Amino acid sequence: MRELSKQQVRRMIAWRVAQELHDGDVVNLGIGLPSLVANETAKDMEILLQSENGLLGMDGLADSEHHDPNLVNAGGQPITAAIGACSFNSADSFAIIRGGHVDVSVLGALQVDELGNLANWIIPGKMVPGMGGAMDLVVGAQRVIVAMEHTNKGRPKLLTRCDLPLTAAKQVNLVVTELGVIEISGQGMLLRELAPGIDLETIQAHTEAKLHLADTLKTMPIPNDL
Amino acid sequence: MRKRIDAAQLRQLLSDNMRIMIGGFMANGAPEGLIDQIIAAGTKNITLISTDTGTPEKGSGRLIHAKRIAKLYASHIGTNPETGAQMNSGELEVELVPQGTLAERIRSAGAGLGGVLSPTGLGTPIAEGKRIIQVEGQDYILEPPLRADLALIRGSVVDTKGNVLYKGTTQNFNPLMATAAKTVVVEAEQIVEAGELLPEHIHTPGIYVDYIYQREQTDA
Repeated sequence: MRELSKQQVRRMIAWRVAQELHDGDVVNLGIGLPSLVANETAKDMEILLQSENGLLGMDGLADSEHHDPNLVNAGGQPITAAIGACSFNSADSFAIIRGGHVDVSVLGALQVDELGNLANWIIPGKMVPGMGGAMDLVVGAQRVIVAMEHTNKGRPKLLTRCDLPLTAAKQVNLVVTELGVIEISGQGMLLRELAPGIDLETIQAHTEAKLHLADTLKTMPIPNDL
Repeated sequence: MRKRIDAAQLRQLLSDNMRIMIGGFMANGAPEGLIDQIIAAGTKNITLISTDTGTPEKGSGRLIHAKRIAKLYASHIGTNPETGAQMNSGELEVELVPQGTLAERIRSAGAGLGGVLSPTGLGTPIAEGKRIIQVEGQDYILEPPLRADLALIRGSVVDTKGNVLYKGTTQNFNPLMATAAKTVVVEAEQIVEAGELLPEHIHTPGIYVDYIYQREQTDA
């Protein structure tokens, strides 16, 4: 596979995550790469985007013409609401999240390990932004998908055990990176798909945890125009 | 009962060392006019409960920037570099609380409950030192109620009885905080006569609201 730009890598990951969504799903997208998934869902599919500050039915970022100062996403950016959207307070918003009413939560990660542990909220002594809603989202969603670049400047993020403080224990179900798709199973990390042009040695070399091979290892589909 | 107050009356409600809840999410739905008054009054050594600290220029984060906060309960501080800097220098004590847990701790205080049992944070540093209680075979963290001396909230439309309607996503923590403090002041974007809001459109019943304040032209 030819060399992809950082932007193309992010789009490839977001597009692949979008293929995991189903018509009617209630989905929460984290900030950064996960938020790009919203651009990649099939047009004939209805996805209800939940914004944890209190909206179900987020549409997109508002342009300056349609800017309503009362309507923002969880990053504080002005947004528009889809037809049929509803708003609520933070206790209701987290009842939706913690109560299992969100079908899929897509987040980024600093580290994921073979038990499905996730670390993405603190690097002690370095970065302490706080967990925001991430701990609730990961515990409460029916399915947790991590969308991230495979390594951090070449250092593996898929580990045997996380060494950063956890966001949640044993909650991650699937990891999508530019190198492949990995399921967290009872046996550890199960490689389901390899990105085009990537071989087993390459992905394992960039992964600290042992990758087990799925019976039906596939080539990871990517958008036609990449 | 007259609920409307002006800036001078509002300042009578403020004192150093208070525990204050302030609504808003990334400053969306934050009572900026009430925050102006805390800054103008010089109130300090405050314990602040607010889901995030906005930015140094917007929302409750302005009080961090003005160095009025001694202790903070929040779920996210990453958007305000001042918060992290004051935490690292030891000027500000910070307790990070998962956002859903923060909402439920405040709600439970207002609802007369002894806290809540949440699975959020199990197996993480959040669970350290807390009681774990098993119910129906599942572990939960016991999270105590969180209340305050004063809650400062913002409503889009407030009637003269103190009933509040919030537009868009400006509810966030405002309706919860309205239930959990000894004194509650709502900053009204718009004030209407009682009866103009339909009862079923009201988010916060007026009984929770002690005072209504409207930002004055002379505010900061």
